[in-house]
Amino acid sequence: MRRFTREEMATRVARDIPNGAYVNLGIGLPTMVANHLPRDREIVLHTENGLLGMGPAPEAGEEDPDLINAGKQPVTALPGASYFHHADSFGMMRGGHLDFCVLGAFQVSVKGDLANWHTGAKDAIPAVGGAMDLAIGAKRVYVMMEHLTKKGESKIVPQCTYPVTGIACVSRIVTDLAIIDVTPDGLAVVEIVDGLPFDELQRLTGVPLRAPRAVAAAN
Amino acid sequence: MINKIFPSVREAVADVHDGATVMIGGFGTAGMPSELIDALIEQGARDLTIVNNNAGNGDVGLALLLKAKRVRRIICSFPRQADSWHFDNLYRAGEIELELVPQGNLAERIRAAGAGIGGFYTPTGYGTELAEDKETRTIDGRHYVLEYPIHADFALIKALRGDRWGNLVYRKTARNFGPIMAAAAKTTIAQVREIVNLGDLDPEVVVTPGIFVTRLVEVPAALKLVAQPGAAA
Repeated sequence: MRRFTREEMATRVARDIPNGAYVNLGIGLPTMVANHLPRDREIVLHTENGLLGMGPAPEAGEEDPDLINAGKQPVTALPGASYFHHADSFGMMRGGHLDFCVLGAFQVSVKGDLANWHTGAKDAIPAVGGAMDLAIGAKRVYVMMEHLTKKGESKIVPQCTYPVTGIACVSRIVTDLAIIDVTPDGLAVVEIVDGLPFDELQRLTGVPLRAPRAVAAAN
Repeated sequence: MINKIFPSVREAVADVHDGATVMIGGFGTAGMPSELIDALIEQGARDLTIVNNNAGNGDVGLALLLKAKRVRRIICSFPRQADSWHFDNLYRAGEIELELVPQGNLAERIRAAGAGIGGFYTPTGYGTELAEDKETRTIDGRHYVLEYPIHADFALIKALRGDRWGNLVYRKTARNFGPIMAAAAKTTIAQVREIVNLGDLDPEVVVTPGIFVTRLVEVPAALKLVAQPGAAA
């Protein structure tokens, strides 16, 4: 079965982000979106530890321990950047000022509940960071994740079995098999990877999906 | 004359008492006041409650305070990191209490303390296990959780420059929790890279006004540190 590559997933998120948007990219896969933002758009990246206008990683030898991202890796500040303290930074999320955030996930439910902070395993040390603030804080919350677990189970579920990060907060799910919108009427498929029939995607996912328009018309 | 300058980190932390609640600035090692923490370890106060975003990195600063078993309880958002081995060991051995707080709630609870707010309703964490048993309210159709301020006896923070009135400016993303912790503690102790003459800081760019700072100590820049890539924030 063909799957979207990570680059294809990142491109599909990046193309939805309009000129002038303020965006927070979560750690891991979402970070890749930064490399795929259309060059003709000015998009301002936010990092929770107090920077708007975050630029790419510095050249080797130019790292500054006082200039890092949420993953504590060295970054740069672009012309037009600004620094601010933590309460302001999270006010930008909670106050609805961020246009987009892109997060990884363990599970997303049919209602858009997100689980991405804790496996709930008894011996795991819990850590939440800014995950819960981001989940409820941006106008549009995108999730990037693999569609299936290593065991082949769908990560899109009727109800999250992992501890939730936020309730009904996810707008769009971008997986290696499909792009799916969370709508008041349920999950609506926007795009499927080439060669994967809708019925097969439906079978793999388990929860009810609405076919994209082209497929619905053909049926 | 007002003079908040202390001659050494040792003297600046001399009165931290056993059982104190101590806020420590920094996000990972950016903005962490390592020399003040070293002085606190040497000073010997124990049974501390620490408020920090993380729970120590590698073998510096807060991690060493944990290793020295001076901390009874830690309030933080992201304890587990690739290099948080001292915390991990204490936690697994049941030798430290953890209050896990979403990062924005942590920041706002600290801010609330400094601003005299008795509590606030936040949407962050609603419906999650971190809001279990907390009071909730629906306002204009949105769900909120009641959170209370976090006050501290002491705050240890790091800034770039300060003057004898305690006015501070910071450096890049090392600002993080410094300004809000400065306001939330009864006694705020700042280590600064450079103490400048009164009037040398442009009032338009002062980030923390001196009213929030009790003591400051000059600690010149150490050898260049390398940012430690850790796990998530």
